[in-house]
Amino acid sequence: MAQPILRLEGITKRFPGVLANDKVDFELAQGEIHALLGENGAGKTTLMNVVYGLYKPDEGQIFIKGEKSEIDNPKEALARGIGMVHQHFMLVPVMTVTENLMLGHETIRGPNLGPLSTLYRRQVAKEIKALGDQYGLPIHPLALVQDLSVGEQQRVEIVKALYRGAEVLILDEPTAVLTPQEADDLFVVLRTLVANGKSIIFISHKLREVLKIADRITVMRDGHVVGERKPAKTNENELAAMMVGREVILQVTKGEAQPGQTVLQVSDLKVNNDLDHSAVDGVTFEVRSGEVLGIAGVQGNGQTELVEALTGLRPAEGGSIVLQGQQVAGATPRRITELSTAHIPEDRQQDGLVLPFPVSDNLVLNTYYKPPFSKGLILQRNAIMEAARERIQNFDIRTPNAQTHVGSLSGGNQQKVIVARELSRTVKLLIASQPTRGLDVGSIEYIHKRLIESRDAGAGVLLVSSELDEIMQLSDRIAVIYQGKIVDILEAKSTSKREVGLLMAGVAKEKAGKKSNSSE
Amino acid sequence: MDTLFFAGLITLALIKATPIAFGAMAGLMSERSGVINIAIEGMMLIGAMMSFLGSVLFNQWTGGALPKEVSLIVGLVVAMLSGALIALLHAWLSIRYKVDQIISGTVINLLAFGITNFTANAYIDAVRLSGVGIFPHINIPLLSDIPILGDIFFKHQPLVYLMLITVGVLQYALFRTRWGLRTRSVGEHPRAADTVGINVNRTRYINVVIGGALAGMGGAFLVLESVGRFQKLMTTGRGFIALAALIFGKWTSVGALGSALLFGFAEALGVRLQLGDINELEALALLIGIGISLLALVWVAIKLIKRSQDKRPASLIAIVGGAGLLFIVLALTVDFPNIQIPIQFLGLLPYFATVLVLAGFVGRAVAPAAVGKPYERG
Repeated sequence: MAQPILRLEGITKRFPGVLANDKVDFELAQGEIHALLGENGAGKTTLMNVVYGLYKPDEGQIFIKGEKSEIDNPKEALARGIGMVHQHFMLVPVMTVTENLMLGHETIRGPNLGPLSTLYRRQVAKEIKALGDQYGLPIHPLALVQDLSVGEQQRVEIVKALYRGAEVLILDEPTAVLTPQEADDLFVVLRTLVANGKSIIFISHKLREVLKIADRITVMRDGHVVGERKPAKTNENELAAMMVGREVILQVTKGEAQPGQTVLQVSDLKVNNDLDHSAVDGVTFEVRSGEVLGIAGVQGNGQTELVEALTGLRPAEGGSIVLQGQQVAGATPRRITELSTAHIPEDRQQDGLVLPFPVSDNLVLNTYYKPPFSKGLILQRNAIMEAARERIQNFDIRTPNAQTHVGSLSGGNQQKVIVARELSRTVKLLIASQPTRGLDVGSIEYIHKRLIESRDAGAGVLLVSSELDEIMQLSDRIAVIYQGKIVDILEAKSTSKREVGLLMAGVAKEKAGKKSNSSE
Repeated sequence: MDTLFFAGLITLALIKATPIAFGAMAGLMSERSGVINIAIEGMMLIGAMMSFLGSVLFNQWTGGALPKEVSLIVGLVVAMLSGALIALLHAWLSIRYKVDQIISGTVINLLAFGITNFTANAYIDAVRLSGVGIFPHINIPLLSDIPILGDIFFKHQPLVYLMLITVGVLQYALFRTRWGLRTRSVGEHPRAADTVGINVNRTRYINVVIGGALAGMGGAFLVLESVGRFQKLMTTGRGFIALAALIFGKWTSVGALGSALLFGFAEALGVRLQLGDINELEALALLIGIGISLLALVWVAIKLIKRSQDKRPASLIAIVGGAGLLFIVLALTVDFPNIQIPIQFLGLLPYFATVLVLAGFVGRAVAPAAVGKPYERG
């Protein structure tokens, strides 16, 4: 086999209290797409930040084209032909595409005055336009980055790496922010790049897309490399087991929905965002008991504002919200909670928990003021502790004890604390917003099971998620939200991932219908 | 009220705007790179005192053998260095030790008040130290012969010219040069800058420190081009007005100069009112007219500088500019009735204008996104 373009040998990286990478070996051949698969926190991104010079490894060596290399900072990585597209884009929103691409190694015109040399924007704009066209990545050099869609920003990031002369491209969770169609477009681009001799490291925790795009898959768990596979000789179940360290059931098993009465009726609801612009623009839908209504949509299409309005955290600008026959638009969160509504918020650390509080207090945040947890103005510590122990047991929360600060638990266990709190009473409506974001496969499995159990116990479940797979698996009906409007509500049984994906991307309903028909 | 009087008023406004503009430039450099600077007041005050001590002591040391201009230049350099040194302290606290930048700024202001008051009490006033004078006026050849405009712009002391040059250079540098691009990226998205190999903290140090030197010049102006000696707390809030000018100017140097001129004009009007040259209602009408016209002027400047990104229609600018001029003409021609206002209130005019501007006209000024946040890797 030819000399690998990049080889890592025994990379070890420690953070205070954590061993993020433990003697990791890794190899990238010229012209391949090598996927790095693992759970959040498995050490994939840390490893790549070491390669890109953002972190210094405590032990181990990096070889580029067989040559031992010390990479102390990103500049050196770039100089050696390594470019990285970060999960959170490294673009300055208020600057143009051209300015972003020239930043750090500017082309100048006129006399060289050091830092005060004049930028040669026109020339760079021309160069990057040509470069983008060459690889099938059309970009607008003069557009402001903040005006671009997420997919376009990603293209800019890739062109940025190429413009720096990257031979090796590291893509960190590139599909996390894309619609399924945008992801497919990205895969075409990646194939073009590889055909042109570039080599790609593709970081992901999504089994399906890794199997689809990679030439080779390396699986990491808890900072170790667990193994290496060829996509042709493996399958989702094996990879999942390698990632988690045990067998996992990937398919959610659920029976037929038994829809009953309407629990939540939303009519023509209008909500504004923080900048006072319209975020939810007249949506109408209903949730019945015993069913899961999934709200599908790419992040930032009004889901956050919608959920906040439904839970009383944000005022509604118009329309009505009827919860079990009562008008609750503008009601306080407590009133809505007392109408047997449970809420699993999108940002569990910001809105779901008080991080410096112990697990026990977090478990009663919604009921602490009621007996048996309170008598008059006095909290009943014993009752709270007792309830906490019981819930920790029932919901399998892995915590040293009930007094541990919730902030020191893992993401999966933090989410379990919220679920335990919200579901430990009679629930008529469960609003779950991105309930499995950032969780490991094991916790996802658990949360999904709990959501279906709530449904079967007769609660109406409103599931908001930008993970299309999750929506498809759990929902009985699917409402697609795009730019603050519900484009369509579909029966889960009779729709396809492709159809929902197209609707999420804003392709009009008739067109989407036609497209999915023609593809059948 | 005639044209000559009006020209005199604008000339005075430009002079009064100079220290404010220097202060605003100091804030611009600091905040564009991501460090909040509310210590401009303190830096200016230290600069004022050090320019006085520098010029006087240098003059004593040389025994008056050199022309007084040399001593004044030495005073200016000392002011810049001491401003830079104080700024270095601010940078060091807020970058190295990640101290809250508002706290650091407040500490520096208090420190500056303390040091200057102490020095004034214990030394300057105690030994009755007298100044070496002020910079002479320099008439720019040819340009100063232009009627009216020559009087307004080209018959000033050197620091006024230096201020105008600084504003121009900074405006160009911030948006057209390598330094500007890097500085802005560090203030907006430091991590993005880091990933392309820009040293975030070094960029911040350099900008804060050079900004400190500019604030020092602003302070030096008060001594070397105005009163000729140091008085306790002589900056009287100009550092904070500079900060308001920076925000009103939306973190651009031309914008900041525009608003500094507005504040300068308010101050100039206050002076003329106290002298009894005009009455209060006239002054108010003039202030409004000038404010609106300046806004239009700044818009024109921004349109010329950022052709591709400015979306303001030319017709709007023309209408606003026309309205402003109309107001000024009306204010100059119409006879306003006399209303008596106690003289003490007139000195309030610049502060009143600050409050009015910040409360009413700024709209949504967007600060650099990363301002006030120390940068940490990982």
